[in-house]
Amino acid sequence: MTTDSLTISNLTAGYGDVTVLWDIDLAVPASGITALIGSNGAGKTTLMRVISGIVTARSGAMTWEGRSIFNQDPSAVLRAGIAHVPEGRRLFGPMTVEENLLMGGYARDCSNADLHRDLEWVYEVFPKLRERRTQAAGTMSGGEQQMCAIGRGLMSKPKLLMIDELSLGLSPVMVDQLVADLKALSGEGLAIFLVEQDVATALELAEVAFVMDRGRIVRHGSAAELAADPAVQEAYIGSMG
Amino acid sequence: MSKYIILGVVLVGLAAAPLTGDTYLMRMATLACMYAVMAASWNLIGGLTGYPSFGTAAFFGLGAYTSGILATLGVALPVSIAAAGVVAFVVAAIIGFILLRLKGHYFAIATLACVELLREIANSATDLTGGGMGLNIPRNADLGIFAEASLFFFAMWGLLALTAVVCLVVERSKIGFALSCIRQAEGAAEMIGINSTLYKTLAFALSGVFVAMAGGVYASWVHYIEPGDVFDILLTIKPVVMALIGGVGSSVGAIVGAIVYIAAEEVIWRNYLDFSSGIIGLTVVGLVLFLPHGLGSLHLRLRGKAVTP
Repeated sequence: MTTDSLTISNLTAGYGDVTVLWDIDLAVPASGITALIGSNGAGKTTLMRVISGIVTARSGAMTWEGRSIFNQDPSAVLRAGIAHVPEGRRLFGPMTVEENLLMGGYARDCSNADLHRDLEWVYEVFPKLRERRTQAAGTMSGGEQQMCAIGRGLMSKPKLLMIDELSLGLSPVMVDQLVADLKALSGEGLAIFLVEQDVATALELAEVAFVMDRGRIVRHGSAAELAADPAVQEAYIGSMG
Repeated sequence: MSKYIILGVVLVGLAAAPLTGDTYLMRMATLACMYAVMAASWNLIGGLTGYPSFGTAAFFGLGAYTSGILATLGVALPVSIAAAGVVAFVVAAIIGFILLRLKGHYFAIATLACVELLREIANSATDLTGGGMGLNIPRNADLGIFAEASLFFFAMWGLLALTAVVCLVVERSKIGFALSCIRQAEGAAEMIGINSTLYKTLAFALSGVFVAMAGGVYASWVHYIEPGDVFDILLTIKPVVMALIGGVGSSVGAIVGAIVYIAAEEVIWRNYLDFSSGIIGLTVVGLVLFLPHGLGSLHLRLRGKAVTP
């Protein structure tokens, strides 16, 4: 249960002359939900982009299921089983929902039948998407777009799904819905690693969490531990009473 | 389906030009085919992939000179034209690999600079290109006016047919979907495993190939080229306008747009000699204002439907 599938050590990365991530050490378990929390500009998104190969790291090591995926290109990381749902959804707006989902399977070498079986599975996870299958993705509500983005990630049949800013811009009702859906997916054996600015939601959803501040991992532990930690409460949750 | 019918009608319609025996009409049809090749090629990178290239003239001139120089060395026309395509593919792939990390206006300006750069090279490499004196391209044989007009018409027409088939195949292929994902959200395209650098470069290289081959046919057709003629900035601008007229993103639209543009330009030029560029300019402005998605969206506009790009 506690085996780690993704391990990162001494990772340093940045853009141009600016270093954003300093000496990151982090391990994501092979199952369950792991959260990465921290304030704006802490480097959470950059860390996800380094893992999925979109940003090149300067130094360090990164292994996935025992093999190095350090500075591999994004399609290789995706094929290895890590899918990335980007911040702000980034759907292919004019394409239909179904086309967006099918594009999620772009990198796979599988038959059409397999692809459509997985499409059915995504529609079972998110029945709303089935209703909207022929609608242009860009015309849906934020929550439906987030479902579509997660569904697109699922279409690559990942073992680890990384979600950047799950709740950004969504209504509380929609966030509750997505939290329930993610718990169900996690129950099916999918490992989930999410960045979430709403720390209370993140710690409620996740089993393990890492706290980032100014480019470093400053705390980590079980979600319950962190939720009880006065420093975390003061910095990120505010007065919970 | 209807776009295949439109394409078929256009190609058959153009092929009827030699039947009239009118060499003026054949000259117009040859020009229309040439610009249609360029507009459809531009659509691959500018319309489908969303990178507004202003480098069309660079590849036209490159092809014209490659094929022209080979012709002076006695190489046969089909070989020299194929060579122009190969050279353009390689050069465009190199330029594209470097420049396609720029976006929008920056990419447009950088590709525009390539036109100037190649023109200067053609101007100064006097030994090879004849410099500003231009380059005379020998005739294959004395065929007579009509036979020669037919030869070059069918060369351009064949090139257009080839370009149209390749563009349609690309649009419908897995690569085409990847290219339109890159246009819509390049970051997300990377995240679903599309190698955007590879596909963008491929699209740019492919958009150079047929333009260069058209340049090669053009050089043999007019028998004389000089840098200011084949690296003319209008050769960059017109295909973009044609694709806009037809509706950006559709290769059949670009082809129809080219024919409409060439016909309109000729009619306006004949009737309003002094003010012809002004009228063409106003026509384009009117089109952008009232039919921003091009002729391809006309049927939707007439039925009062919303147009999604």
